[in-house]
Amino acid sequence: MHKPLLLAFGLLSAGSAVSAGIELDIELPQIGVADYRRPYVAIWLERPDHSVAANLAVWYDVKMRNAEGAKWLKDMRLWWRRSGRDLEPPVDGVTSATRQPGQHTLSFVEGQSPLGKLAAGDYVLFVEASREHGGREVLSLPIQWPPSARTASEIQGKHELGRIGVQLIP
Amino acid sequence: MTLRKSLLTVGLGLALAAPLAQAHEFWLLPSSTVLSSPGYITVDGAVSNDIFYFNYRPLGIRDNLVISAPDGSTLEAENMVQGKLRTVFDANLQANGTYRLAIANASLMASWKEGTETKRWRGNRDEMAANVPAAADELVVRESVSRLETFVTVGRPSELQAVTEGMALEAITHPNDLYEGSQASFRFVVDGKPTADIKVELIRAGTRYRDQLEKITLTTDSKGEIHHTWSHPGMYYLKAQAAGAAEQGSNIERRLSYVATLEVLAQ
Repeated sequence: MHKPLLLAFGLLSAGSAVSAGIELDIELPQIGVADYRRPYVAIWLERPDHSVAANLAVWYDVKMRNAEGAKWLKDMRLWWRRSGRDLEPPVDGVTSATRQPGQHTLSFVEGQSPLGKLAAGDYVLFVEASREHGGREVLSLPIQWPPSARTASEIQGKHELGRIGVQLIP
Repeated sequence: MTLRKSLLTVGLGLALAAPLAQAHEFWLLPSSTVLSSPGYITVDGAVSNDIFYFNYRPLGIRDNLVISAPDGSTLEAENMVQGKLRTVFDANLQANGTYRLAIANASLMASWKEGTETKRWRGNRDEMAANVPAAADELVVRESVSRLETFVTVGRPSELQAVTEGMALEAITHPNDLYEGSQASFRFVVDGKPTADIKVELIRAGTRYRDQLEKITLTTDSKGEIHHTWSHPGMYYLKAQAAGAAEQGSNIERRLSYVATLEVLAQ
């Protein structure tokens, strides 16, 4: 029963010429406060030893004068400790402006920046959000690379993040 | 004579123990210990009954504050103000890496007899030979060496320079890399040498809002090290003290103290 299904997926991806990669649906919830500011968000992949395999996206206030927006990058404190403090923002293909509440779809292709080539193994995907006048939330999901089949899973945030959909494409 | 002298030394030793248990704490409290980009921090300094509350006196900062940049150069404090209950200054941290803000003091007190008269002198080591007769009767010399410091990092923590005089903390775990739930290890050195059996106390900020001090007391092991896993994030006051002879064969009683303010970050 399983095999034909996988085959069907295989055919599908062959047909649409999709390369191996990761697709993320990131939901930033609507938060009804007068002093709302878009959150800073970091998305990255870690190896089991907590070393960072890839920084996938960092959304922060890139447009502020004198790079003042970088001042609060440390508030994504897990990301800051694991990787942020080693980077010199802005980072091409990784850092970009903050985004509005709603759904955001991101695609990462293996072999291309910022995902790059991933060695086979276990990884953890992290999404961390921190908002001025607001809170902070971190979500994580273990993944195996490369995926043997197209898999879809999701994690649900409670405060600063909504639903995070994760699709692994073999 | 010899007996009297040693009795006196014992008596002084006991008297020395009293200030070690003094009620007032000296501390520096930085506005941030971690910065993502270069900029200013502001620092409070006070002497108080409770840590990190301004309730007794400002910290007397003269020319003894040294702010060391990651490359070892020094930085001037700005906007130094001494109020009734605290001293405040700013520091402009423009380089990536770890800054050390330290107040180090060393002073000697000598007393001896000339006939029936008791003589006293206070000063530093270099001046002692010229002011204190080496073979004086009932000569007692006490040395007090203290260091008060905190650390602030811009970007990634960088290696700290060794402290070769008095008591200091050597980072096995960097003092700006402390996290709730993680173990930290520090080595305590006296004149640069790892020293066993130093009592180290840790008190977390916010004592006003809890019934117990929740003081953590650790003792350095044979390698001069302590290991501690932080169960709560927050600002911590670390105090280490020791007393003993300054060096072998010396008649100088030495009192050493070390205080650091450390921030333990949330997971």
